[in-house]
Amino acid sequence: MAYIFQQALNALQLGSIYALIALGYTMVYGILTMINFAHGDLFMVGAFFCFLIAFYLHLSFVPTLLLSMTGVAFLGVVIERLAYKPLRNAPRVSAIITALGVGLFLENFTLALAPYPKHIPTLLENTTWTLGTLSISSLQIIVIVLSLVLMLILDFIVQRTKAGMAMRAISWDKTIVPLMGVPVNKIISLTFALGTGLGGAAGMMYGLAYPVIDPYMGIMVGWKAFICAVVGGIGNIRGAMIGGFILGGVEIMVAAFFPSTYRDFVAFTLLLVLLIVRPYGILGKPQPQKV
Amino acid sequence: MPLLEIQKLTHRFAGLCAVSDFNLAVEPHELIGVIGPNGAGKTTVFNLITGVYRASEGSIKLDGLELVGLTPHQITRSGIARTFQNIRLFKELSVLDNVRIAHYGQIAYTPAEALLHIGRFRAEERRITNQALDLLSIFKLDEMAGEKAKNLPYGLQRRLEIARALATEPKLLLLDEPAAGMNPNEIIQLMDFIGWIRKTFSVTIILIEHQMRLVMGICERLVVLDFGATIATGRCSDIQNNPKVLEAYLGEEVAI
Amino acid sequence: MAKLSSTYENIQEHWHALTDKKYFWPLFMIAGIAFCMAASTFEFLDLYLQLILIYVGINIILTVSLNLINGYMGEFSVGHAGFMAIGAYIASLLTVHVFPPTAQNLLFPLAILAGGLGAALVGFLVAIPSFKTRGDYLAIVTLAFCMIVKSVLENIDAVGGPRGLLGMEKLTTLPWVFFWTALSVWVIRNLVYSNFGRGVLSIREDEIASDLMSVNTRQVKIIAFVVSSFFAGIAGGLFAHALQFINPRMFDILKSTDILIMVYLGGIASISGSIIGAVIYTILLEILRPLGVWRMVLMPLMLVLLMIYRPRGIMGMREARLFTPLRDFVTEKLWRQKKKEAGDATP
Repeated sequence: MAYIFQQALNALQLGSIYALIALGYTMVYGILTMINFAHGDLFMVGAFFCFLIAFYLHLSFVPTLLLSMTGVAFLGVVIERLAYKPLRNAPRVSAIITALGVGLFLENFTLALAPYPKHIPTLLENTTWTLGTLSISSLQIIVIVLSLVLMLILDFIVQRTKAGMAMRAISWDKTIVPLMGVPVNKIISLTFALGTGLGGAAGMMYGLAYPVIDPYMGIMVGWKAFICAVVGGIGNIRGAMIGGFILGGVEIMVAAFFPSTYRDFVAFTLLLVLLIVRPYGILGKPQPQKV
Repeated sequence: MPLLEIQKLTHRFAGLCAVSDFNLAVEPHELIGVIGPNGAGKTTVFNLITGVYRASEGSIKLDGLELVGLTPHQITRSGIARTFQNIRLFKELSVLDNVRIAHYGQIAYTPAEALLHIGRFRAEERRITNQALDLLSIFKLDEMAGEKAKNLPYGLQRRLEIARALATEPKLLLLDEPAAGMNPNEIIQLMDFIGWIRKTFSVTIILIEHQMRLVMGICERLVVLDFGATIATGRCSDIQNNPKVLEAYLGEEVAI
Repeated sequence: MAKLSSTYENIQEHWHALTDKKYFWPLFMIAGIAFCMAASTFEFLDLYLQLILIYVGINIILTVSLNLINGYMGEFSVGHAGFMAIGAYIASLLTVHVFPPTAQNLLFPLAILAGGLGAALVGFLVAIPSFKTRGDYLAIVTLAFCMIVKSVLENIDAVGGPRGLLGMEKLTTLPWVFFWTALSVWVIRNLVYSNFGRGVLSIREDEIASDLMSVNTRQVKIIAFVVSSFFAGIAGGLFAHALQFINPRMFDILKSTDILIMVYLGGIASISGSIIGAVIYTILLEILRPLGVWRMVLMPLMLVLLMIYRPRGIMGMREARLFTPLRDFVTEKLWRQKKKEAGDATP
C-alpha cells in the first residue's frame, strides 16, 4: 500500500512537469494552430538558465525561478517574432519545419557552449520525512505544489481576465476577432510568453528533481509532453493538464511493475490505443466535416 | 421501376432531427428540384444519398441496390455523382487531372502495373486521357486542360465541377445550388445548360436551389423541405399556391 | 537572347522526347551502374568521395519516399526512421546470422529486398489508422510508431538490445546504391503520375471530394504507405551495410527530423526537389564539417531562413521537366490533331 502511494507521489511529480510543458504546446496550438516543436528545447533552456543563475549569481530559489521563467518567456516571444510571425500566412508545415529548425538550433547552440552535462547546485535544503516505509521529500512536495499553483494562475488568466478572453476569442475565430479591435500580435506574444514561461519553470523543476542537465534533454521530454497535449485534446488547456498527469502516472506505474526499459513501449502503445478509441483526445471535440 | 427510391429516410445530429421521414421516388430522366429555406436539410439529404453521412433510419435504393452503409466511392461507382454548394475542386491540380481523378473507378490496371510501367498501363492512361479531353472539349474547357483549377474564373470552375461529376459516368446527377453567385443572365444560360446536360448525357437530375426562377423554369417536380420535414411535393404550379410553402418562405423574398 | 532561349527550348524538347522513350530508363540505369563500377575499380573517385555519394544516394531514397506521404499526400509523418530501422535490422540479421559468409555478395540484394518487404508490411499496418485520423493526430500515430520500434529493438537481446548489431560486411557499394536510388526514383515517379498517384494528390487537396469522385481513398492510402515504407526499409538496409554497425538510437526521432528537413528543404510534392534537398543537405553537412559543433548551429539557422524567405522549399509543388511524363502532352497533341481532322471532314 505504501509502495503504491509512494509511486503515486512520483507519478504526480513527473506528471506535473509534463503537464506544465504540455500547456505550452496546447496554448500555442490553440491560438495559431501551429505545433511549436521548439518548445521542448525551451524547456531545456529553462533548466540551463536556472543553472547559470544559481551557479554564477548565487540567488536563492524564488528569484532563480522568476528570473529563469522571465528569461525563457522573453526568448519565446523573440522566437515568435523573428521566426514564426513571417510564416503566419505560409503553409502550415513551413511553420512546423521552422519550429523543428529553431529547436535544433537551440540544442546545438547550447551544446556548443556547454559540451558536458551540468549539475544544478542545490537551491533548497532537501529534507525527507519518513512515515513507516513511505518517504516524502520536500522537493517532491514543492515541485507538485508549485506546478499546481502555476496551473491555477494560468487557468485564472485564461478564464477570468480580459487578455485571457482575447486569447480564447482568437483561438475561436482568426478572421473576425482582429476586426473587433483585439490586438492580435500582442495577444499572440502574451500566449508565447505564458506558454514558454511555464516550460521554463518546468525545466527548472526537472533540473532540481533530476539534477543532471544536458542540451538534448528537451527532445524526449518535449515529444512526450506534446503527446500529453494530444491525449488531452490539443488546444484544450485543461486537457493538457489531464494528459500530463495520465502520462506521468502510466510511466511511473510501468516502471514500478516492469523492467524500466519497457516504459516507453507501454506508454506509446497505450497512446496508440487511446487515439484509436478517441481520435480527438480526452477533452477534444471532433471537427465536424462540412460538405 | 423508379431509378432512385428513398423511403423513410431520417437523420439525427446529436438529438437534432436534420431530416425526418423523407420519401422520394425518382423515375429515369426526371428533373426534380429540392427547395426550402436555409437550414431546411436539403444538403443533408444529398450527403445521405452520397454516403457522406450514414442515415440513422430508412433506405435509399438505386436501381434496387441498397446504398445505406456503402462508402461514398462505392455509391459514386454505382452511378450517383454530385457537385458541391461551395465549389470543391482539387485546386492545385490541373483541369485535366481534376477530370481524370473522377475516372478512378474505370481504370483497369493494377498498382503493380502502374509502378513498373508494364501491361495495360500505357494503353489505359491514353484511353483515360483521351476520354477526359473529349469531355473537357464538350464543356469547352479543353483549351485550359493544363491550367490549375484554382486559376479558372468562377463560372468555369462551376462548369468544371459538373464536368468532373459527369466523368464518373453517373445515372443520377445531384446538383447542389448550381446557380449560387450567378446573375439573372447567367441563370437563364444555366437553365439551358442543365437541360442540355440531361439530354446529352441522358442523366436523371436532382437539384437544390434557392433561385425560384431557375427551379420553376426547368424542374418537373418539386420537393419542399422545412426543418427537415417534407412539407409539400408535386408539380411546380401546385407548389406555387401551396399555403404551407408560402408560410415557410414568409419573411424571405419569394420571386415566383 | 531570343536565340538562346529558343535553343534552350529546342534542347529541352529533345531531352524530353529522349527521356520518355521506353529504353531511356534501362539505358540510364546500365550507364550509371557501369560508371559507378568503373569509379570503384579504377579508383578515380577516392574512398571518401564514394562514401559521401553512398550517403547522398541513401538520403535521396529516404527523402523521395517520405515526400510521397508528406508532400504528395499532404500528411505529416514523423515515423520514417522507424521503417528505416526495420529494414536495417532485417537486412543485417540476414547477412550476419542467416546467409553463409561465402555467398554474402550474391545474396546481398535479397537481404535488402527482405528489409524493404518487412518495412512495407509494417507500413501497411500504419496505413490503417490513417483511414480515420488525419493531420496532427496521424502525426502522433507515426511518432508513437517510431518510438515503439526503437523501444522494442532495445528490449530484444537477440538483436543486441541497446548495444545494437554489428558484424556486417561492407556490402553497400556505389553501384548498388545507384541501382536502388534510381529504382526508387523511377518507381515513385511512376506511381505519382498514375491513376493511384492522382488519387494520392486528390486526398491532399480534398479527401471528401476525392472519395465522392469515386477514388477508393483507403486503397490509395495503403499503396502510398506501403511504397513509401518499402523504400525506407531499402534505405535502412543499405545504411546498415554502409556503416557496418547499427543501434536503436540511430533511428530515433532525430533521424526522422533529418529526413523531414531534407523533404521540406527540397520542396513538397516534387521528386526533383527531394533529390536537390537530399544532395544539398548531405553535401553541405560534409563541407561544413571543419566547423565542428557550430556546423549543427549553422544548419538549422539556414533552414529557418530558407523557410522564412521560401516557405515552400526550393522546388515546392513544382517539378523539373525530366520527371514529368511526356505522354500527357503527346496524348493531348494527338487528340487535338484527331479532333482537327474530324472537324475538317465534317464542316
